[in-house]
Amino acid sequence: MTTLRIGSGAGYSGDRIEPAVELADKGNLDFLVFECLAERTIALAQQARLADPDAGFDPLLSERMRRVLPFVARGREAGQRRLRIISNMGAANPLSAAREVRRIAGDLGLHGLKVAALSGDDVLTALHADPQALLDNGVTVASLGDRLISANAYLGAEGIVEALNADADVVITGRVADPSLFLAPQLFTFGWAQDDWTRIGRGTLIGHLLECAGQITGGYFADPGVKDVPDLARLGFPLAEVDADGRAVVSKVAGSGGRIDTATCTEQMIYEVHDPKAYLTPDVTADFSNVSFTAVGTNEVRADGAEGRPRPDTLKVSVGYLDGWIGEGQISYGGPGALARAQLAREVVLERLKLTGVTADEVRAELIGVDALHGGTLGSRATAEPWEVRLRVAARCADKSEAVRVGNEVETLYTNGPYGGGGATKGVRQVVAVASLLLPRDAVKPHVHLEDAS
Amino acid sequence: MSTIKLRELAHSRTGDKGDTSNISVIAFKPEDYQRLVEQLTVERVTAYFAELLDPAAGPVRRYELPNVQALNFVLPGILKGGVTRSLALDAHGKALGAALLDIEIE
Repeated sequence: MTTLRIGSGAGYSGDRIEPAVELADKGNLDFLVFECLAERTIALAQQARLADPDAGFDPLLSERMRRVLPFVARGREAGQRRLRIISNMGAANPLSAAREVRRIAGDLGLHGLKVAALSGDDVLTALHADPQALLDNGVTVASLGDRLISANAYLGAEGIVEALNADADVVITGRVADPSLFLAPQLFTFGWAQDDWTRIGRGTLIGHLLECAGQITGGYFADPGVKDVPDLARLGFPLAEVDADGRAVVSKVAGSGGRIDTATCTEQMIYEVHDPKAYLTPDVTADFSNVSFTAVGTNEVRADGAEGRPRPDTLKVSVGYLDGWIGEGQISYGGPGALARAQLAREVVLERLKLTGVTADEVRAELIGVDALHGGTLGSRATAEPWEVRLRVAARCADKSEAVRVGNEVETLYTNGPYGGGGATKGVRQVVAVASLLLPRDAVKPHVHLEDAS
Repeated sequence: MSTIKLRELAHSRTGDKGDTSNISVIAFKPEDYQRLVEQLTVERVTAYFAELLDPAAGPVRRYELPNVQALNFVLPGILKGGVTRSLALDAHGKALGAALLDIEIE
């Protein structure tokens, strides 16, 4: 029986490139997929595109393509396994990203490479046509006014399948649901019916397991003495070998670092899942509730039992909008009495923000090392007082000029605060917030653009 | 009866979607799963994270995955506006699961 080998080359935009190159070289892959879009990445990319019409794609696209396209070229030689690339690194500008891929192919002397761009996820125009549409945070599209930056629907696998049917070597998309990037080569290779919900559910599980790259190979797992990960520094990225029924074994390249076992697979399966019986994607309502994992070799795990039911009638749309500014400052205290001095510093800053009338929608003042991650109640479970404590004050303000004052009031603790403050930092950043809504499927039209690299 | 920390029986990972966190708790050994089902109740986890939860966002939910000896807790509102707006140092709440591993199990 034919099997398909799919590798995962990135779990987020800034991910490491070396493990992807290792997979491209030694993974004996049919497809290498790079998943690089977090919730608000497209909104940030859209801002870049507004400043420069050719920009708005992943900043590491060029570097990644330079490193892996030579293996795509190798796969086109006689007797070699053909390797193709799928990625959402197009972000807010898939067409421009595809041009960049063709340019790099030309630089590398790789001729005749077919590069496809998938567009249609950008639904900003459709959204403007329905100003009373309600977002999940309770406000209307109209109320965002000119703060509205972007609106992108999560596309499913079908546009990518169309590009693969057109023989693309590289498929560059904007917003596509993460597991759909991996489901597409399975649909293309095995020709599953559009309503074969069980197999599509299985293929979606494989996508979900692979989409965070190193998170299933031990890259988010090590807890020394409790859960050890061998050779973490040389962490390998995962690949899955899938059969025509959607049954799969997840593994990694021999000799790479990390570990894949039932424990790492279980953590990744539940990651970002709510009801395991209803994991919604544009392709299917996947059911992971009866999944089981079996170790079939060293760093080889078989996944069984995923199911599926009909896909949702609507597509999720991520809406990016400007939401004021966050000003922030930090300063550290150390040695005996550090905690009391940091607490005093916190009180002083909060009082000064009031005294000077800084206008903020929300203020947060926390002690890193004490209560920043889990709050004071859980933080008090610590058995010893920390040797060093770092004060962090952050506030969200409508105006940049107000936000700037937050960091200033922390930095000035140097000469206006408790003894021994050091390492102060301050900053201000614009908030690009993301909310969501649902659009009917027929309001979204995926479109494939295909060109040869000359 | 003596108590031990959850960390000795289980491992955990936290995910985020909007301002909701989900925390998996996965038994190392199948024979410990039932203890977790009985003791790691919604009420107990809600009380444990009380300072961080937003009651207006809705109750904590728990899903059971017996095939993989895991529980999945969904905690609405705990990310205070979500990763894009939150003022928190760990806006994703990625470190939340590690806190839960300190809870006592009989």
